[in-house]
Amino acid sequence: MILLLLITIPLAGGLLSWIAAARNTLWSRYIALACLLTDLAIAGQIWATHPASGGRWLYQYKVDWVPHFGISLNLAMDGLSLLMLVLTFFLGALAVLISWKEINQRVGFFHFNLLFVLAGITGVFLTMDLFLFYFFWEMMLIPMYFLIGIWGHEHREYAANKFFLFTQAGGLLMLLAILALYFIHGANTGVYTYDYFSLLHTPMQQETARWLMLGFLIAFLVKLPAVPFHTWLPDAHTEAPTAGSVILAGLLLKTGAYGILRLVLPLFPEASVYFAPWIMFLGVLGIIYGGMLAYAQTDLKRLIAYTSVSHMGFVLVGAFSFNVLAYEGVVMQMIAHGISTGALFIIAGALYERIHTRNIQEMGGLWSKMPVMGSAAMIFVMASLGLPGLGNFVAEFLILLGSWQANRWITIFAAIGLVVATAYSLRIMQKVFFGPGDRQYALPDLNKRELVIIVALVMAILLLGLHPQPVLNTSQKTDYVVR
Amino acid sequence: MSFADFISLGPLITLFTAVVISMLLIAIRRNHRITYAFSLLAYLMALTAIIPAMLYIPHTVPPLLVVDEFSLFNTGLVLTSGFIILLLSYNYFEEREERKEEYYLLLPLATTGALVLVVSRHFMSLFLGLEILSISLYGLIAYLRARERSDEAGIKYLILAALSSAFLLFGMALVYAFTGHMDFPGIGAALRQAGYIPVTVLAGFGMMLIGIGFKLGVVPFHMWAPDIYEGAPLPVSAFIATISKGGMLVVLIRFYVDIHGNDYSMIWWMLAIVAVASMFVGNWLALTQQNIKRILAYSSIAHMGYILVAFLSGVQTGLEAISFYLVAYFITSIGAFGVLIVMSSSVQDAETLDDYRGMFWRYPWVATVFTAMLLSLAGIPLTAGFIGKFYIVMAGVNGHMWFLLFMLVINSVIGLYYYIRIIAMMFKTPATGEVTYIKPSLPVAGNITLMLLTLILIGLGVYPTAMMQLIQQMMKMIV
Repeated sequence: MILLLLITIPLAGGLLSWIAAARNTLWSRYIALACLLTDLAIAGQIWATHPASGGRWLYQYKVDWVPHFGISLNLAMDGLSLLMLVLTFFLGALAVLISWKEINQRVGFFHFNLLFVLAGITGVFLTMDLFLFYFFWEMMLIPMYFLIGIWGHEHREYAANKFFLFTQAGGLLMLLAILALYFIHGANTGVYTYDYFSLLHTPMQQETARWLMLGFLIAFLVKLPAVPFHTWLPDAHTEAPTAGSVILAGLLLKTGAYGILRLVLPLFPEASVYFAPWIMFLGVLGIIYGGMLAYAQTDLKRLIAYTSVSHMGFVLVGAFSFNVLAYEGVVMQMIAHGISTGALFIIAGALYERIHTRNIQEMGGLWSKMPVMGSAAMIFVMASLGLPGLGNFVAEFLILLGSWQANRWITIFAAIGLVVATAYSLRIMQKVFFGPGDRQYALPDLNKRELVIIVALVMAILLLGLHPQPVLNTSQKTDYVVR
Repeated sequence: MSFADFISLGPLITLFTAVVISMLLIAIRRNHRITYAFSLLAYLMALTAIIPAMLYIPHTVPPLLVVDEFSLFNTGLVLTSGFIILLLSYNYFEEREERKEEYYLLLPLATTGALVLVVSRHFMSLFLGLEILSISLYGLIAYLRARERSDEAGIKYLILAALSSAFLLFGMALVYAFTGHMDFPGIGAALRQAGYIPVTVLAGFGMMLIGIGFKLGVVPFHMWAPDIYEGAPLPVSAFIATISKGGMLVVLIRFYVDIHGNDYSMIWWMLAIVAVASMFVGNWLALTQQNIKRILAYSSIAHMGYILVAFLSGVQTGLEAISFYLVAYFITSIGAFGVLIVMSSSVQDAETLDDYRGMFWRYPWVATVFTAMLLSLAGIPLTAGFIGKFYIVMAGVNGHMWFLLFMLVINSVIGLYYYIRIIAMMFKTPATGEVTYIKPSLPVAGNITLMLLTLILIGLGVYPTAMMQLIQQMMKMIV
């Protein structure tokens, strides 16, 4: 029941804040914030109190929805879902906070969309029914489309359309695969159901399993995104408002990774092993190619967007290594990337509010104007390049450690990606905060609200880097496919 | 005619009688409001007449008609849609200066035609229903005589419909020549006995396909659709998009099931080509349109293609899927046209994309309804359209129609593009100082109707079980 509550709170909050905005936009913001903080508190409470030993599944909730098709409202939470939910509500609450001043038009509708995206993401992380999974998967799309399309920058419509079409195309392939799985399972066992647990270990031919796996995989590769399906990402991330970019980079990409861990690997273990070298290759390609493209950008948000492509390559490499070390690294990477990239987008947004450009050629020498923002950016840039002591280091180190046992060449090239990461990360600092600056006027440093956001993020990334054990413990409470 | 016949055909007879009475009413006194109210009453009475008819199902009125669950369900669907279209019509015609009352003769008459189609299982009744429908439509399409486009559309439809009817008749004659039957089960039995389809019958089916395809508006018989949709009064366009196509589809299903169409690969291939062509042509041509009526016309061509995919899957789920999709499609289309009707002023219909620029910020409520309708057409969750499309894909997977399904997926993505283009337009910031034809206040009745449609749309999207059970039960009976 508590799981259903986690989804319905943002849904109800979304409607409420839309209605409230007609009276007072401030209410709308407070309602949205309160909903997400409540959800965060619930998820945090579960995290703090869940038993260290015992079964994987912390909570389960199931009622029939469309019994005619074997569809049920089937929610369950294990370690992986729990971590993802904590991240979701944490970044969600920050997204409301950073929009406090940035969004001042159509405030109610903005928060409505924001909360609905988050509800969709929550649903994806919780559902154990494939029909429902697709349902929530699609439900994330529409509000996100509006977030980009209405409150975005200059080329928002192009970006929003591209985002929508790419993810929708992937999603429909997944739908075909889900349906095929449903019928194959039904034909072989006589039980027609979308229940995740029943569909695990569906007896089928390897040939079929490979096709179905590809159907799922493409949807997730588009979302992740992996090269060559990544082209929507730089547009969408660049054009979205700051909150949109944070949610895209921090959460939406994670649904792709989550889908691979939750569906692709457990449902089709043999097929996954069969394709693993190729997918790992795509991952490495993403790491290096994404990094190189990031280095070549002049638009700050676009640059950060391409670093996501690079970082998500690690997720792909780790997920198809089939050992626990790599999986823990992947989960860690999902969280750490969510926080560090989210933070970088927030800084980019704050910079844009102050100097009204995203072009890093026009920046420079900003450290002396805004030392606090500079040092915050320094921390997250260091996290992004994998400095020990920060979350991303733990993640990438674990992934490389794990993948070394699976595929050495891939690991070597992935490690080269770290060098590329250093290059583009340092370029951000160099171009934006150091170097010559021709601005004579003073710029306001971070204000209190922004300081709260940044401090929360810094704490999170430091905690992940210095004391990752709680996260790793929790992430072990899930169903990994180990070869 | 026995008592049972009389009760079974109750809805049909009620509506038809109402047409006659309302003609007399007009003769006595021309009054828009009275005629309107009477027509609404007639539809309601016809709807209630379904309840006693349920007692006798399945009931055949040999040799022409059959009243079973399937036909009663579709009768209900047609009548409800007609009722909603009528609700939306009042303001639309009130604001236009032509004589309004005859519209309320023609619309129920056309609906009667569709009802005949729904219960027919014989070539004679098929043709009878088709012609009642078509002839009323000639009048309806050209109803706004003062408008050039309306006249043009009426004449275009007249010529093409007459031509297609001729093909249909010739096709029927060829089929009759070989099988010696005009009732569907008889034809099916004769063909099964023969064990193959001779060339004459195949040619007959081909010609019938021209006639039926024209009414359904599938490629390559779709040319009329955009012009008619654009030229006809908006409620009439809604009628053509839904009831006219739906009625024809119901006969087609019955015919196909009765002659065991799936056993003959030639028929399957003919329909498969039509389906794929409809999906691609419909979606492709919709991409570049600037006129929302034309977009809806092309999109309805594509939707007929989707329905044919379910049709071709050859499984029971397919027929269920069609019924569900039809319901979803009816609601959605009427809803979309309803928005157009509500937004149109007496000066001009709100039909270009530009008329909808920034609509969300001026009429948030209507824009929300329109968004819901378009998302349903695109098949996005929480709407009936999603469940419908899901049902169709499910039928396709069940029947192993992988190629057709891939075509459907590709087309869904193309389709999505033009639907979201309209949505994006509504959410754009309105240009300042622009002259719009859109009126300041919206009719209350129209708004309430739209609200109800939206509620049903979302209700079916969230809780489709009841409707599914009804359809499943009904389809068991006819197969």
